[in-house]
Amino acid sequence: MSENAQLNSDTYERDQVVKIINSVIDKVQQNEPVAKDVLAKELLDLKNIIEEARREVCSANPGDIKGVHIPTATDELDAVVGATEEATGAIMDCCDVIQQNTDKMDAPVAEAIGAEVTKIYEACSFQDITGQRITKVVQTLQAIEEKVGKILKVVEDKMPGMADPTSTAAGEAEGSSGPDSLLNGPQMPDKAISQDDIDKLLAEFD
Amino acid sequence: MSVTNMNILIVDDYKTMLRIITNLLRQLGFMNVDEATDGEMALDLMKHKEYGLVISDWNMEPMTGIDLLKAVRANDDKHKEVPFIMVTAESKTENVIAAKEAGANNYIVKPFNADTLKQKMVSSIGSF
Repeated sequence: MSENAQLNSDTYERDQVVKIINSVIDKVQQNEPVAKDVLAKELLDLKNIIEEARREVCSANPGDIKGVHIPTATDELDAVVGATEEATGAIMDCCDVIQQNTDKMDAPVAEAIGAEVTKIYEACSFQDITGQRITKVVQTLQAIEEKVGKILKVVEDKMPGMADPTSTAAGEAEGSSGPDSLLNGPQMPDKAISQDDIDKLLAEFD
Repeated sequence: MSVTNMNILIVDDYKTMLRIITNLLRQLGFMNVDEATDGEMALDLMKHKEYGLVISDWNMEPMTGIDLLKAVRANDDKHKEVPFIMVTAESKTENVIAAKEAGANNYIVKPFNADTLKQKMVSSIGSF
Protein backbone atom coordinates (compact mmCIF):
# COMPACT_ATOMS: atom_id res chain seq x y z
CA MET A 1 0.00 0.00 0.00
CA SER A 2 1.40 3.45 -0.93
CA GLU A 3 1.96 6.02 1.80
CA ASN A 4 -0.91 8.15 0.50
CA ALA A 5 -3.21 5.15 0.30
CA GLN A 6 -2.21 4.21 3.85
CA LEU A 7 -2.90 7.77 5.03
CA ASN A 8 -6.27 7.80 3.26
CA SER A 9 -7.08 4.41 4.76
CA ASP A 10 -6.10 5.61 8.26
CA THR A 11 -8.17 8.78 7.83
CA TYR A 12 -11.08 6.74 6.51
CA GLU A 13 -10.96 4.38 9.50
CA ARG A 14 -10.61 7.21 11.98
CA ASP A 15 -13.57 9.03 10.39
CA GLN A 16 -15.51 5.80 10.37
CA VAL A 17 -14.87 5.21 14.10
CA VAL A 18 -16.00 8.75 14.97
CA LYS A 19 -19.06 8.37 12.74
CA ILE A 20 -20.08 5.07 14.34
CA ILE A 21 -19.57 6.36 17.89
CA ASN A 22 -21.58 9.52 17.18
CA SER A 23 -24.30 7.44 15.60
CA VAL A 24 -24.49 5.11 18.62
CA ILE A 25 -24.56 8.08 21.04
CA ASP A 26 -27.32 9.76 19.00
CA LYS A 27 -29.39 6.61 18.97
CA VAL A 28 -28.97 6.03 22.73
CA GLN A 29 -29.86 9.66 23.53
CA GLN A 30 -32.92 9.93 21.27
CA ASN A 31 -36.35 9.45 22.77
CA GLU A 32 -37.64 6.92 20.27
CA PRO A 33 -36.73 3.30 20.97
CA VAL A 34 -33.93 1.85 18.85
CA ALA A 35 -33.82 -1.70 17.62
CA LYS A 36 -31.13 -3.72 19.42
CA ASP A 37 -29.89 -5.24 16.21
CA VAL A 38 -29.22 -1.79 14.72
CA LEU A 39 -27.05 -0.84 17.69
CA ALA A 40 -25.44 -4.26 17.74
CA LYS A 41 -24.52 -3.93 14.05
CA GLU A 42 -22.82 -0.56 14.62
CA LEU A 43 -20.95 -1.78 17.70
CA LEU A 44 -19.86 -4.86 15.78
CA ASP A 45 -18.47 -2.64 12.99
CA LEU A 46 -16.59 -0.67 15.64
CA LYS A 47 -15.19 -3.86 17.17
CA ASN A 48 -14.06 -5.06 13.74
CA ILE A 49 -12.22 -1.81 13.03
CA ILE A 50 -10.46 -1.92 16.43
CA GLU A 51 -9.47 -5.55 15.92
CA GLU A 52 -8.18 -4.80 12.43
CA ALA A 53 -6.10 -1.91 13.81
CA ARG A 54 -4.75 -4.19 16.54
CA ARG A 55 -3.78 -6.84 13.98
CA GLU A 56 -1.97 -4.20 11.91
CA VAL A 57 -0.03 -2.93 14.92
CA CYS A 58 0.91 -6.50 15.87
CA SER A 59 2.05 -7.32 12.34
CA ALA A 60 4.30 -4.24 12.36
CA ASN A 61 6.19 -5.84 15.31
CA PRO A 62 6.65 -2.59 17.26
CA GLY A 63 8.84 -4.40 19.80
CA ASP A 64 11.48 -4.82 17.09
CA ILE A 65 12.12 -1.07 17.02
CA LYS A 66 13.56 -1.25 20.52
CA GLY A 67 14.67 -4.85 20.47
CA VAL A 68 16.37 -5.12 17.09
CA HIS A 69 16.39 -2.13 14.73
CA ILE A 70 17.80 0.58 17.00
CA PRO A 71 20.41 -1.62 18.72
CA THR A 72 21.54 -2.84 15.29
CA ALA A 73 21.81 0.73 13.99
CA THR A 74 23.82 1.91 17.01
CA ASP A 75 26.15 -1.11 16.78
CA GLU A 76 26.75 -0.40 13.09
CA LEU A 77 27.54 3.25 13.83
CA ASP A 78 29.90 2.28 16.65
CA ALA A 79 31.65 -0.02 14.18
CA VAL A 80 32.00 2.87 11.70
CA VAL A 81 33.74 4.94 14.39
CA GLY A 82 36.05 2.04 15.27
CA ALA A 83 36.90 1.29 11.64
CA THR A 84 37.65 4.91 10.74
CA GLU A 85 39.83 5.27 13.86
CA GLU A 86 41.80 2.20 12.87
CA ALA A 87 42.17 3.34 9.25
CA THR A 88 43.20 6.84 10.32
CA GLY A 89 45.83 5.34 12.61
CA ALA A 90 47.20 3.30 9.70
CA ILE A 91 47.37 6.40 7.47
CA MET A 92 49.24 8.32 10.16
CA ASP A 93 51.64 5.39 10.69
CA CYS A 94 52.53 5.68 6.98
CA CYS A 95 52.98 9.44 7.38
CA ASP A 96 55.39 8.85 10.28
CA VAL A 97 57.49 6.52 8.14
CA ILE A 98 57.56 9.02 5.27
CA GLN A 99 58.57 11.81 7.65
CA GLN A 100 61.36 9.71 9.12
CA ASN A 101 62.71 9.09 5.63
CA THR A 102 62.73 12.75 4.61
CA ASP A 103 66.15 12.97 6.32
CA LYS A 104 67.54 10.90 3.47
CA MET A 105 66.16 13.24 0.81
CA ASP A 106 67.47 16.46 -0.70
CA ALA A 107 66.33 19.47 1.31
CA PRO A 108 63.85 20.90 -1.25
CA VAL A 109 62.27 17.49 -1.83
CA ALA A 110 62.12 16.77 1.91
CA GLU A 111 60.45 20.13 2.49
CA ALA A 112 57.87 19.56 -0.24
CA ILE A 113 57.07 16.05 0.98
CA GLY A 114 56.95 17.22 4.60
CA ALA A 115 54.40 19.87 3.66
CA GLU A 116 52.20 17.30 1.93
CA VAL A 117 52.46 14.91 4.90
CA THR A 118 51.32 17.75 7.16
CA LYS A 119 48.25 18.17 4.94
CA ILE A 120 47.50 14.46 5.30
CA TYR A 121 47.73 14.82 9.09
CA GLU A 122 45.41 17.82 9.01
CA ALA A 123 42.93 15.92 6.86
CA CYS A 124 42.94 13.01 9.33
CA SER A 125 41.04 15.18 11.77
CA PHE A 126 37.94 14.10 9.83
CA GLN A 127 37.92 11.06 12.13
CA ASP A 128 37.36 13.24 15.18
CA ILE A 129 34.67 15.34 13.51
CA THR A 130 32.77 12.40 11.99
CA GLY A 131 33.16 10.48 15.25
CA GLN A 132 31.51 13.29 17.18
CA ARG A 133 28.69 13.56 14.64
CA ILE A 134 28.07 9.81 14.73
CA THR A 135 28.09 9.89 18.53
CA LYS A 136 25.33 12.51 18.39
CA VAL A 137 23.29 10.28 16.07
CA VAL A 138 23.81 7.31 18.41
CA GLN A 139 22.62 9.40 21.36
CA THR A 140 19.53 10.44 19.37
CA LEU A 141 18.78 6.80 18.51
CA GLN A 142 19.17 5.85 22.17
CA ALA A 143 16.73 8.60 23.15
CA ILE A 144 14.25 7.28 20.56
CA GLU A 145 14.79 3.75 21.86
CA GLU A 146 14.00 4.89 25.39
CA LYS A 147 10.83 6.70 24.29
CA VAL A 148 9.69 3.74 22.17
CA GLY A 149 10.29 1.52 25.21
CA LYS A 150 8.03 3.70 27.34
CA ILE A 151 5.28 3.70 24.67
CA LEU A 152 5.54 -0.09 24.31
CA LYS A 153 5.23 -0.53 28.06
CA VAL A 154 2.02 1.50 28.09
CA VAL A 155 0.67 -0.49 25.11
CA GLU A 156 1.70 -3.81 26.68
CA ASP A 157 0.00 -2.87 29.96
CA LYS A 158 -3.25 -2.01 28.15
CA MET A 159 -3.15 -4.80 25.56
CA PRO A 160 -0.95 -7.69 26.65
CA GLY A 161 0.89 -9.48 23.84
CA MET A 162 0.55 -6.61 21.40
CA ALA A 163 4.00 -5.07 21.89
CA ASP A 164 5.96 -8.20 22.64
CA PRO A 165 9.59 -7.36 21.93
CA THR A 166 10.21 -10.97 20.95
CA SER A 167 7.36 -10.95 18.47
CA THR A 168 9.70 -11.27 15.51
CA ALA A 169 12.82 -13.33 15.22
CA ALA A 170 15.81 -11.00 15.10
CA GLY A 171 16.96 -12.62 11.88
CA GLU A 172 13.78 -11.61 10.10
CA ALA A 173 14.36 -7.95 10.89
CA GLU A 174 17.94 -8.24 9.67
CA GLY A 175 16.77 -9.60 6.35
CA SER A 176 17.72 -13.24 6.78
CA SER A 177 14.69 -14.38 4.86
CA GLY A 178 13.49 -13.72 1.35
CA PRO A 179 15.44 -13.17 -1.85
CA ASP A 180 17.91 -10.67 -0.32
CA SER A 181 18.82 -12.89 2.61
CA LEU A 182 22.54 -12.86 1.76
CA LEU A 183 22.71 -9.09 1.46
CA ASN A 184 23.62 -8.13 5.01
CA GLY A 185 26.45 -5.70 4.32
CA PRO A 186 29.67 -5.60 6.35
CA GLN A 187 29.51 -7.76 9.46
CA MET A 188 30.21 -6.46 12.93
CA PRO A 189 33.82 -7.25 13.95
CA ASP A 190 32.71 -9.79 16.57
CA LYS A 191 30.48 -11.59 14.07
CA ALA A 192 32.69 -11.48 11.00
CA ILE A 193 34.81 -14.45 10.07
CA SER A 194 38.45 -13.91 9.19
CA GLN A 195 40.10 -14.56 5.82
CA ASP A 196 41.84 -17.53 7.48
CA ASP A 197 38.45 -18.95 8.47
CA ILE A 198 37.18 -18.41 4.92
CA ASP A 199 40.22 -20.13 3.43
CA LYS A 200 39.72 -23.08 5.79
CA LEU A 201 36.06 -23.22 4.84
CA LEU A 202 36.86 -23.14 1.13
CA ALA A 203 39.50 -25.84 1.60
CA GLU A 204 36.80 -28.12 2.94
CA PHE A 205 35.18 -28.05 -0.50
CA ASP A 206 38.34 -29.28 -2.24
CA MET B 1 65.54 29.15 27.37
CA SER B 2 63.89 28.84 23.99
CA VAL B 3 60.10 28.88 23.94
CA THR B 4 60.16 25.60 22.03
CA ASN B 5 61.59 23.87 25.10
CA MET B 6 58.44 24.49 27.09
CA ASN B 7 56.20 21.63 28.19
CA ILE B 8 52.90 21.53 26.36
CA LEU B 9 49.86 19.55 27.52
CA ILE B 10 47.28 18.52 24.95
CA VAL B 11 43.93 17.14 26.06
CA ASP B 12 41.56 15.28 23.76
CA ASP B 13 39.50 12.10 24.04
CA TYR B 14 40.23 11.17 20.41
CA LYS B 15 43.59 9.47 20.00
CA THR B 16 43.64 10.59 16.38
CA MET B 17 43.45 14.23 17.38
CA LEU B 18 46.12 13.83 20.09
CA ARG B 19 48.41 12.35 17.48
CA ILE B 20 47.67 15.06 14.91
CA ILE B 21 48.35 17.90 17.35
CA THR B 22 51.47 16.22 18.72
CA ASN B 23 52.80 15.83 15.20
CA LEU B 24 52.01 19.42 14.24
CA LEU B 25 53.70 20.66 17.42
CA ARG B 26 56.81 18.63 16.67
CA GLN B 27 56.96 20.16 13.22
CA LEU B 28 56.83 23.56 14.88
CA GLY B 29 59.78 22.53 17.04
CA PHE B 30 57.96 21.62 20.26
CA MET B 31 59.18 18.23 21.43
CA ASN B 32 58.05 18.22 25.07
CA VAL B 33 54.42 17.28 24.61
CA ASP B 34 52.26 15.33 27.05
CA GLU B 35 48.83 13.94 26.30
CA ALA B 36 45.69 13.52 28.43
CA THR B 37 42.34 12.08 27.39
CA ASP B 38 40.09 14.17 29.64
CA GLY B 39 40.12 17.06 32.07
CA GLU B 40 40.71 14.98 35.18
CA MET B 41 43.76 13.29 33.71
CA ALA B 42 45.06 16.71 32.62
CA LEU B 43 44.67 18.15 36.14
CA ASP B 44 46.51 15.15 37.53
CA LEU B 45 49.42 15.67 35.13
CA MET B 46 49.52 19.36 35.99
CA LYS B 47 50.05 18.52 39.65
CA HIS B 48 53.37 16.89 38.82
CA LYS B 49 54.75 19.01 36.00
CA GLU B 50 54.79 22.64 34.94
CA TYR B 51 53.31 23.39 31.53
CA GLY B 52 53.78 26.50 29.44
CA LEU B 53 50.71 25.88 27.30
CA VAL B 54 47.54 23.78 27.45
CA ILE B 55 45.70 22.87 24.25
CA SER B 56 42.38 21.25 25.09
CA ASP B 57 39.31 19.82 23.42
CA TRP B 58 35.92 20.82 24.88
CA ASN B 59 33.71 17.77 24.53
CA MET B 60 35.19 15.06 26.77
CA GLU B 61 34.02 12.84 29.59
CA PRO B 62 33.98 12.77 32.54
CA MET B 63 35.57 16.22 32.77
CA THR B 64 35.05 18.58 29.83
CA GLY B 65 37.52 21.11 28.49
CA ILE B 66 35.55 24.06 29.81
CA ASP B 67 35.47 22.50 33.29
CA LEU B 68 39.20 21.89 33.04
CA LEU B 69 39.74 25.53 32.08
CA LYS B 70 37.61 26.74 35.01
CA ALA B 71 39.45 24.42 37.40
CA VAL B 72 42.84 25.63 36.15
CA ARG B 73 41.87 29.28 36.51
CA ALA B 74 40.33 28.64 39.96
CA ASN B 75 43.41 26.87 41.29
CA ASP B 76 45.78 29.20 43.04
CA ASP B 77 48.91 27.47 41.82
CA LYS B 78 51.57 27.68 39.13
CA HIS B 79 49.07 27.00 36.35
CA LYS B 80 46.54 29.67 37.28
CA GLU B 81 47.61 31.83 34.35
CA VAL B 82 48.89 29.17 31.96
CA PRO B 83 48.04 30.02 28.32
CA PHE B 84 45.04 27.86 27.37
CA ILE B 85 43.84 27.23 23.83
CA MET B 86 40.50 25.54 23.31
CA VAL B 87 40.48 23.34 20.19
CA THR B 88 36.99 22.05 19.52
CA ALA B 89 34.26 21.22 17.03
CA GLU B 90 31.87 23.34 19.14
CA SER B 91 31.50 26.33 16.88
CA LYS B 92 28.55 28.25 18.31
CA THR B 93 29.02 31.85 19.34
CA GLU B 94 27.92 31.05 22.89
CA ASN B 95 30.67 28.44 23.18
CA VAL B 96 33.35 30.91 22.17
CA ILE B 97 31.98 33.49 24.59
CA ALA B 98 31.80 30.95 27.42
CA ALA B 99 35.38 29.83 26.78
CA LYS B 100 36.64 33.41 26.69
CA GLU B 101 34.75 34.28 29.87
CA ALA B 102 36.23 31.21 31.57
CA GLY B 103 39.70 32.46 30.69
CA ALA B 104 40.65 30.82 27.38
CA ASN B 105 43.45 32.66 25.58
CA ASN B 106 42.38 31.38 22.20
CA TYR B 107 39.82 29.23 20.43
CA ILE B 108 40.39 27.01 17.42
CA VAL B 109 37.53 25.30 15.58
CA LYS B 110 38.11 21.81 14.23
CA PRO B 111 39.07 20.95 11.59
CA PHE B 112 42.07 23.28 11.54
CA ASN B 113 45.44 23.41 9.85
CA ALA B 114 49.02 23.86 11.02
CA ASP B 115 49.05 27.56 10.12
CA THR B 116 46.01 28.25 12.31
CA LEU B 117 47.55 26.36 15.22
CA LYS B 118 50.82 28.27 14.88
CA GLN B 119 49.04 31.61 14.61
CA LYS B 120 46.98 30.99 17.77
CA MET B 121 50.02 29.72 19.64
CA VAL B 122 52.01 32.84 18.74
CA SER B 123 49.18 35.01 19.95
CA SER B 124 49.03 33.04 23.23
CA ILE B 125 52.69 32.47 24.10
CA GLY B 126 54.55 34.87 21.81
CA SER B 127 56.77 34.32 18.77
CA PHE B 128 58.90 31.23 18.38
